[in-house]
This record gives sequence, C-alpha cells and structure tokens, in this order.
Amino acid sequence: MSILVNKDTKVICQGFTGKQGSFHSEQAIAYGTRMVGGVTPGKGGQTHLGLPVFNTVRDAVRQTGAQATMIYVPAAFAADSILEAADAGIEVIVCITEGIPVLDMLNVKAALRANGAKLIGPNCPGIITSGECKIGIMPGVIHQKGKVGIVSRSGTLTYEAVHQTTQLGLGQSTCVGIGGDPIKGLDFIDCLELFEADPQTEAVILVGEIGGSREEEAAEYIRSNMKKPVAAYIAGRTAPKGKRMGHAGAIIAGSAGTADAKIRALETAGVVVALSPAALGEAVQQALAAR
Amino acid sequence: MNLHEYQAKQILRSGNINTPRGLAAASAEAAVGAANELGGDAWVVKAQIHAGGRGKAGGVKVVKSLDDVRVVAESLLGKPLVTNQNAPDGQPVNQVLVEETLPIARELYLSLLVDRETERVAIVASAAGGMDIEEVAHATPEKVLTEACDPLLGVQDFQCRALAFALELTGEAYKDFCRLLPQLYRVFLANDLSLLEINPLVVTTDNRVLPLDCKMSVDDNALYRRKALAELRDDSQIDAKEAAANAANVNYVALTGNIGCMVNGAGLAMATMDLIQLEGGTPANFLDVGGGATPETVAQGFKIILLDPNVKAVLINIFGGIVRCDVIAEGIIQAVKEVGVKVPVVVRLEGTNAELGRKLLAESGLAILAAESLTHAAKLAVEEAA
Repeated sequence: MSILVNKDTKVICQGFTGKQGSFHSEQAIAYGTRMVGGVTPGKGGQTHLGLPVFNTVRDAVRQTGAQATMIYVPAAFAADSILEAADAGIEVIVCITEGIPVLDMLNVKAALRANGAKLIGPNCPGIITSGECKIGIMPGVIHQKGKVGIVSRSGTLTYEAVHQTTQLGLGQSTCVGIGGDPIKGLDFIDCLELFEADPQTEAVILVGEIGGSREEEAAEYIRSNMKKPVAAYIAGRTAPKGKRMGHAGAIIAGSAGTADAKIRALETAGVVVALSPAALGEAVQQALAAR
Repeated sequence: MNLHEYQAKQILRSGNINTPRGLAAASAEAAVGAANELGGDAWVVKAQIHAGGRGKAGGVKVVKSLDDVRVVAESLLGKPLVTNQNAPDGQPVNQVLVEETLPIARELYLSLLVDRETERVAIVASAAGGMDIEEVAHATPEKVLTEACDPLLGVQDFQCRALAFALELTGEAYKDFCRLLPQLYRVFLANDLSLLEINPLVVTTDNRVLPLDCKMSVDDNALYRRKALAELRDDSQIDAKEAAANAANVNYVALTGNIGCMVNGAGLAMATMDLIQLEGGTPANFLDVGGGATPETVAQGFKIILLDPNVKAVLINIFGGIVRCDVIAEGIIQAVKEVGVKVPVVVRLEGTNAELGRKLLAESGLAILAAESLTHAAKLAVEEAA
C-alpha cells in the first residue's frame, strides 16, 4: 500500500514533448512508472518516447484511461493545464511548474473545490511511491521502499529526509512534495490523513518552513487525530522578518509564520522536532521507538 | 515588486478612483513647480521610498510656503531615509510627492491582499487608521474587520455595506466607500497585485473618503503579463547584491553574518542558515541557486556572495538530484579559479555521483574543503570564518 499513486497508476505528462517533459518522462519510465502517453497541443497522433501524444487531456484520458498527470508547461499556461486535467477527470494532478501568478491559482483552487481532483503543487518536486511510481523531478535512486511517509514544503529538504531514512534502513512509503507556494493543492493535513489510513506507513516526517500557519494547523490535526508517530523539521529559524526566502510562501509577515511558533505547536502535539536538518532520520527513529 | 506611492496613486486614478491632487518631483526646483501648479497655500511633501514609517522618520512634512517646499525637498532628495522598517541603511529618496492638504476628520485603514488561509482576496479594514495594523491586530483584534471575496464572484455589495457600517460611515462617506471597494478590487485584479494598502484612508471634514497614502506590491510571477508595471522596477530601493541576484535570476537575501551560503533549493538554503547558527556562526546571506543547479549558476552565485566584504568563508551545500555532483564539483572548481576566491570554501555534496564529486574537489589542488556531512560542513565553515 501507499498513498495517492502506486504501480498501477496510469500516468500522462502535459508538456510531454518539451525539454523538461521529455527528460522527466524518460526518468519516470526508467523508474517503472506506468506512463501511458502525453499531451502537447498540435502534436496529437505522434509518438514520443514510444508512447502516444494527444492534443488534449480529454483525448488522452479517453484512449489510455490515465488517472494521474504531471505538468511541465511554462508558468503562463500552467493554470490552464491544471484546469484542463481536472475537467478531463484526472484524479491526481501534479504540477511541477514554478512561478504561476497567484491570482490564477485562486481561480484554480475555486474550480478544483467544485471538481474534487487532487492537486499536488505547483512549484513542487512531485510525488513518489518508492519502487512503484515516480511523478516528478526527485532523484529516484535515493528512495527505498519502506515505512516512513514524508510530506514536505521543500524539494531538496525532502531529499535530505529521504536520504537519511534510506541510510537508516527505514525506507519510505510515499513522499509528497506539496510545494513552496502560498496557494497550493494538497496540504499537510490532507497528506497526514492519508498516511494515517495507509497500512504501509508506520511513521510520518513533516518538513515545514516559515510563513503561513499550515504547520500549526497540522500540529492541531496530529494532536487530535493521529495515532502514528510523527517527526518534523521546520526551516527558517534564522530567517529575517518581511523577507521572502526564495519560496513565495516562505515569508514571516509581522508576528505570524515564525519557525519557533511552528516548532512549539508541533512539540505540544507530541511531534519529535529535529532542530537540525541532519537529524531528521534520527528524529523519526526516536518517534518510532517511543511507541 | 513594490511600487512608489506616486505610482500607486496614478494607478488608482486610472481606475477612476479619486485621490488627493499631487505631482512627483525629482528636484527641489521641480517640487516648487509642482506646488505652484497645484495652487493653494499649504502642501504635503512626501519622500518616495519602498518602505513605511516615513512620517515618524521625518519623510513627510506639511509646509505653508513655496520656500519651505524647496527647503524640505532639498533636505529629503538624494539622501537615504532611515525608518523603523528599513533600518539601519535606509533607502535613497530620488523623488518627492507634492500633494494638496486635506481637512481630515477621521483616519481609517483599508487593504486588499491575497489571503493564503481562505485562498481568496481579502479586504481588511479598521477604524484605527494611520497606525501599524499588525499592532492593532495584536492588541485589539476585534478592531480589524475582514471580508473574503469569492474569486468567481468578486466583491459583493453586502460586503461593502457590512464594512461601511462597521466603520460607522454615513451619508456621502458611506456612498464613497461602497463605490470605492469594487473599484479597488478591479484595480487589484487588473494589475496582478499581491497587496494594495491604503493607510490612512481619510474621511474629510466635508464627509468624503480619499486615500491619503497608497502602497502596492505586484506579484512578481505576473510581471510577464504586466509589462508597463515591470518597467517601474526601482533597483535603487533594494540591496545592490539583491539587485545583482535578480538580474542573474538567483534568489538572494542579504543578511548580516560572515558565512556566505550557496545552496540548491529554498528550504535547504534556509536549513543551512539555521545549521550555521546552531554551530555558533552567522550566515551572511540566503542564496538559492535553484533545484537544478548548473556550473553557470554556481559561478554566478560566487560572484554575488563575494560582493559582500563581510564574507570570511563560503559554504556550498548541494543535494544533487537530477544534477550530478561531479558536474557541480567541476563548476565549483572552475568558478573558484575564474572568480579568484580568496576566502576558504567548504563544500558538501550529496546525492548522485557524490563520491566522484568529492574526489574531484580533493584532487583540484585548490583550497576547497570537502565536508563529510551536513553538520560537518557547518562546523568547518564556522571554524574557518572565526
């Protein structure tokens, strides 16, 4: 078991024939992901990487039964691509694209609330179920099938968590990079809920950062709803107020969104919080041992 | 990207919103000319910088003669203005805004912003105008009113009425306010703003509502489709190193410590700063070369870090995912040679081909310290910078 995607998930790529889409589709196929085709408007009917190209997501879904998509189209067109995928009945939409205007995302979120499709991202590394299905830009080689679920706002910090759990022999069930934008699809709580219900997942690592209050809300959720042990790390304890730290969502606005407030909330909820990113693996080991 | 007050008010006027009459001036001469053109016997001269707190810092002055317009404009122009928001260096005043004065009865607070919690554009209003809204929200949260706008519907009349009643507006002021909100909402959308703040929004003694100040921030991600706004970028208002980083498409934030950091990924970059602090050092900057770092971005990163004379050591932390560590190592070696790096460089490489990358660094003959782990890297950098 795992969450959201597995070895049977049929995946397409939007922006399939572009440079990014081609490279990461190749990587996904090499990893064993069940890729069934891709979409590039105007190139329908062609074959790319041995798979059919479609003009529209609707065509791709009709002819392949695709359930998930990974989006690598430029920021100016990405919101439209998400809406197209949702309209075609895709269940899991993974948008890697960085730099989508925030007002576009407000519209997308309003439309998705009515549609029910699950969006991961944008501006994220994607999702991977170790050994089964890789949808995104994460390096497949560091992953190992196992028992830790990972949910993270940061790409390379997710790799740290993966690397450390692999080194310790714990492995991962599914890793979800939810992305660093302020307006995004799945959030911590959505993933925590799925991990709690997944038999393969025995513990969860949550990687957060400054800005917003989703970590605090996740802490409250963990306290009242989760039986599985959780470990966490929050990046940005030393970040200055009012400065955007790379991610559009990573900004301390006034007194809200500080790392210390998030850490306090998580610790109060019984989460083992690592103060160093190098201690994530040990933290989850400790959380597991305490049960 | 922030706009100046005079630019923001021009945008309001182009949205058919009444503002105080005013003209921007880049010299004392032009300021006097502006006051002359506006007429009257009193004016406000306002320093134009991308920061708040101008009033308390002496950047906003009411004057009653053309001579005083000149004196105040001369005292402000060409110098940095230091406020509680941009200390210690302040920001240079290159323009002043000369405006008519208004007979003020009340000062309100009004802003529109993208609210990440509700995932809507929120309208925030308060009767406690002219003050720091953060402080008002903290001390007296009941005085801050919020209405969230459904993106599919926009701001509704009932929301305008609710806020107007809560602010105790009556007569013409009530009507002005209910007209103003939908206009501001349209301006917000049409310009891809992430913040539109009017503090204070004044009620005049003849019961009209006018924006006395206006602050706008444009969503950087939308500048590609707001070309006219993109041209209003004012690099004089940001740190020189941050401006260079913008030009090179690298995420950089200047800090006050002495360990220069270069990392791939924003989260890992913040984590690296935190780790330096845990080991007893202080980071000189935040620098994210992007999830897919290349030898070119590494070289750019070095150049930007070394613009800061406080840097005593550089820590490079790369988790090579799709990018191979041996390629990054070669980029680092090339950059160190090319840029002529004089300070110690500590490198931590992890991920694809990390062993090979470390070997290349060790055999380069350059003063590059290859760290064994993340923690070791931070320790080494702190030692080298001490």
